[in-house]
Amino acid sequence: MDLSASLSLIAPEILLSVSGLVLLLVAGWAGDKASRWISLAACAILAACFALTAPAVCGGAMGAGADAFGGLFVADAFAGFAKLMIYAAAGAVLLIAPPYFEQYRLMRAEFPVLVLFAVLGMNVMVSATDLMTLYIGLELNSLSSYVLASFLKTDNRSSEAGLKYFVLGALASGILLFGVSLVYGFTGTTSFAGIRGALDGHMAMGALFGITFVLAGLAFKISAVPFHMWTPDVYEGAPTPVTTFFASAPKVAAIALSARVALDAFGPQADAWRQIVVFASLASIVVGAVGAIGQSNIKRLLAYSSINNVGFILIGLAAATPEGASAMLVYLAIYVAMTVGSFVAVLMLRTEGGTHTEQIADLSGLSRTRPLLALCLAIQMFSLAGIPPLFGFWGKFVVFQAAVRADLVPLAFLGIAGSVIGAFYYIKIVKVMYFDEPADVAWKDGGKAHWALLAISTAAVSPLGYLLTIWLGSLADKAAAALFLAA
Amino acid sequence: MLSLMLLVPAIGALACLFVEAKAARTIALVATVIDLALGIVLWANYDIGGAQWQFTERVPLFAGFQWAMGIDGIALMLIVLTVFLMPICILASQSIAKRVPEYMATFLFMEVLMIGVFAAQDLYLFYIFFEAGLIPMYLIIGVWGGDNRIYAAYKFFLYTLLGSVLMLIAMLWMANEAGTTDIPTLMAYDFPPHAQTWLFLAFFASFAVKMPMYPLHTWLPDAHVQAPTAGSVILAGVLLKMGGYGFIRFSLPMFPEASAQFVWLIWGLSMAAVVLTSLIALVQTDMKKLIAYSSVAHMAIVTVGLFAFNTQGLEGSMIVMLSHGLVSGALFLCVGVIYDRLHTREIARYGGLSINMPKYALFFMLFTMASVGLPGTSGFVGEFLSLVGIYQANTWVTAICATGIILGAAYMLYLYWRVAFGVQRNADAAAMPDLSVREWLMLGPIALAVLWMGVYPESFLAPMRADIAALDARVARAAPAGDSKLKMKAPKAAPAASAEAH
Repeated sequence: MDLSASLSLIAPEILLSVSGLVLLLVAGWAGDKASRWISLAACAILAACFALTAPAVCGGAMGAGADAFGGLFVADAFAGFAKLMIYAAAGAVLLIAPPYFEQYRLMRAEFPVLVLFAVLGMNVMVSATDLMTLYIGLELNSLSSYVLASFLKTDNRSSEAGLKYFVLGALASGILLFGVSLVYGFTGTTSFAGIRGALDGHMAMGALFGITFVLAGLAFKISAVPFHMWTPDVYEGAPTPVTTFFASAPKVAAIALSARVALDAFGPQADAWRQIVVFASLASIVVGAVGAIGQSNIKRLLAYSSINNVGFILIGLAAATPEGASAMLVYLAIYVAMTVGSFVAVLMLRTEGGTHTEQIADLSGLSRTRPLLALCLAIQMFSLAGIPPLFGFWGKFVVFQAAVRADLVPLAFLGIAGSVIGAFYYIKIVKVMYFDEPADVAWKDGGKAHWALLAISTAAVSPLGYLLTIWLGSLADKAAAALFLAA
Repeated sequence: MLSLMLLVPAIGALACLFVEAKAARTIALVATVIDLALGIVLWANYDIGGAQWQFTERVPLFAGFQWAMGIDGIALMLIVLTVFLMPICILASQSIAKRVPEYMATFLFMEVLMIGVFAAQDLYLFYIFFEAGLIPMYLIIGVWGGDNRIYAAYKFFLYTLLGSVLMLIAMLWMANEAGTTDIPTLMAYDFPPHAQTWLFLAFFASFAVKMPMYPLHTWLPDAHVQAPTAGSVILAGVLLKMGGYGFIRFSLPMFPEASAQFVWLIWGLSMAAVVLTSLIALVQTDMKKLIAYSSVAHMAIVTVGLFAFNTQGLEGSMIVMLSHGLVSGALFLCVGVIYDRLHTREIARYGGLSINMPKYALFFMLFTMASVGLPGTSGFVGEFLSLVGIYQANTWVTAICATGIILGAAYMLYLYWRVAFGVQRNADAAAMPDLSVREWLMLGPIALAVLWMGVYPESFLAPMRADIAALDARVARAAPAGDSKLKMKAPKAAPAASAEAH
């Protein structure tokens, strides 16, 4: 593999980093006045990356042709699938963020640049096939995210969220690095292929510790229970567009990364890590569901909802089959659509005075005052609860199907029973919007971009979404196949 | 044909969302009447004695899903029941004043899902229709219900959701094991007996909640009491039948061994339900609650009949289901008629209505008698056949379940006495006008159907006979030996029983 071939494989990453630096210079030179234009330019760059990555996904790129830099980086269909979701989510965030920050007169030109760098970090994460690449990607993403979390610098809660995210993120990185060092020590290599070879057959106790610590560190990043405690605080405190970002793109990246680490590097020892994943999955479903019940802030509620959803995604990982990996990706895609849709709807809850409301109680009677918005949010909620015929059901369906086919019937039973607890708080929001008397709040209409995003996401999770299933399923199957090539 | 029946209310539902209240009522009525007409055409064209599955449609969709529709006689009768009750429900919704277009759209959407449940021939398609029904019913109870509607809506939603999600896992396993999601194929597939046990329990969780069977019935009185009249009619008339339909379509033919294994559970719960809920019904002061508890008791007769493992029991159960759909629907309508006038469901607030509302009292009496099971009404045919069926399986169960008829007579006649006879205690109740034309249109057709089913049940039994015989043959291998077998040796005992019934 020569250098030019490697470079052509990382074209989207090159584009991201170069344009990120250029935009940073533009931002420094043109100042905050240009922040809207820079956001649009960043959106265009993400669209270009999307176009650059799409062929690899549709073509099901895998194997030697996708390896770059001697096994440090891979641009296969699996990574591509995750990247497409990341671009889409990040693009949506760039569209909704400027109006939000302008309202507080805190829109800075650095915002889109930071998002671009975070996306670059995520790209490296999902494409990593070496523990070192993995760590670099993870840190690049995390450092950008810490700044983003505290972007509303006059707001105490936002600063607190940034600090909390930083401290706990650093702790998670430490745990991860500790695990990485153990794995390296007991296998003698940092490349995933090498680790897989070394773990085949007998496994030293130390390597098991390494696997456990690596998975624990990753569990922090995907906010799986028991490493979830930062999520509600950070999601609540961070500015809403940033929360949208956190709940979608980095989650996709971290889950895809975990899947690659677990299934590729630790693939031969699936029986060893499966119990960890099964526990994290069930615990996330239950804690995510139970924790959400008492929440009065909708962002906190959605934070617990994301913990809950991670639990379902992990069921697909626990199956440790190509079908399970494919189910994870399908679920992730639907999850991103639902999450972005829900948060956009929350962002549109703007009162006449210009403040954003986050209290669930303020949604009372929304079906009377803003029927269309209430309908969209209700569809999102029923979909998150996994009630057919909405598309959220399909995600749960494929995940549970994979679990049942992998003979994990008890896990499937417990998981789906947990989903009923989750349904409670989703229908609670519907109840507040539809059954309660209207609250005395004067609403301001949302912007065009918000409506467009909400319409796209609602159409995707409505029964119309089933039209996508064949296409989505075949792409996810190709992506999953790329992951299992070596196994 | 079946897709068309789904399409008409679906289009109606969408159309309702974009128009004013008055137009929405008209659209809803027209859509449901068209569907009723289609249902009659369906029945007329149903070839009795022809293929088991008729009007089949099969279009593969995606990822193993298929749009598979088709009905046998059992599904046909339940679909006809659904389309028959829907226009009546729309008529009964005149008193709904707030958010009419949404209300009508929700109801039409509900109709789509109910027909879909009975017509689906694909496992997952069935599940989607079955589960999706939660959303409209949640909204109907929650938005247009009574004072305590929110509690009732939650309870309804979560109870039924918990039941049905377990079924989904069982379905996934079955599809994986049998390699198909086609319901007719699965009905002939022999699952290994040890797997049947837990598959049966998973399906049981769902259908027992929906039915509802004894300890899981507590959502029903709340949901009924809080739902608007038309919601109660649909709930009692059709939604409860989904549980019975599920037993007859899935539990019995797919898991005959497990059905026999758990027969004690079904019988025990049914006996408990018949006696306990009848006693509970006796002391109710709220009319709707009383009828709701009586529904649980009647559904228990259905389950013992289903799990009697013989033709009479199965036929009886089906007739009880159809009859109960009509009768309890009509009783809720009767309650609705006087509730619209006085806005209370307290039994004590009424009295002597036969004086100022004689026509109403006549209808109410007919349906009361049908609920009690007076010969000549539909209730008698079904309950008698069911008890004949269970008698062949277990005499003790029969003895206890038969007390349900006596207790049923007690609470229904007591209700009727307090509402229609006696002195006119309250001036406002005494001043209520008799039935309007609209109310005649609601109650009249049901009364005719009840009498028709009571006098000539053959019309309803004929389409189902072959399917029930096939089901009986399917479960025969697992049928528990009845304790009345010795007496049955007397020649012609069984033919005599069925001859009487017809």
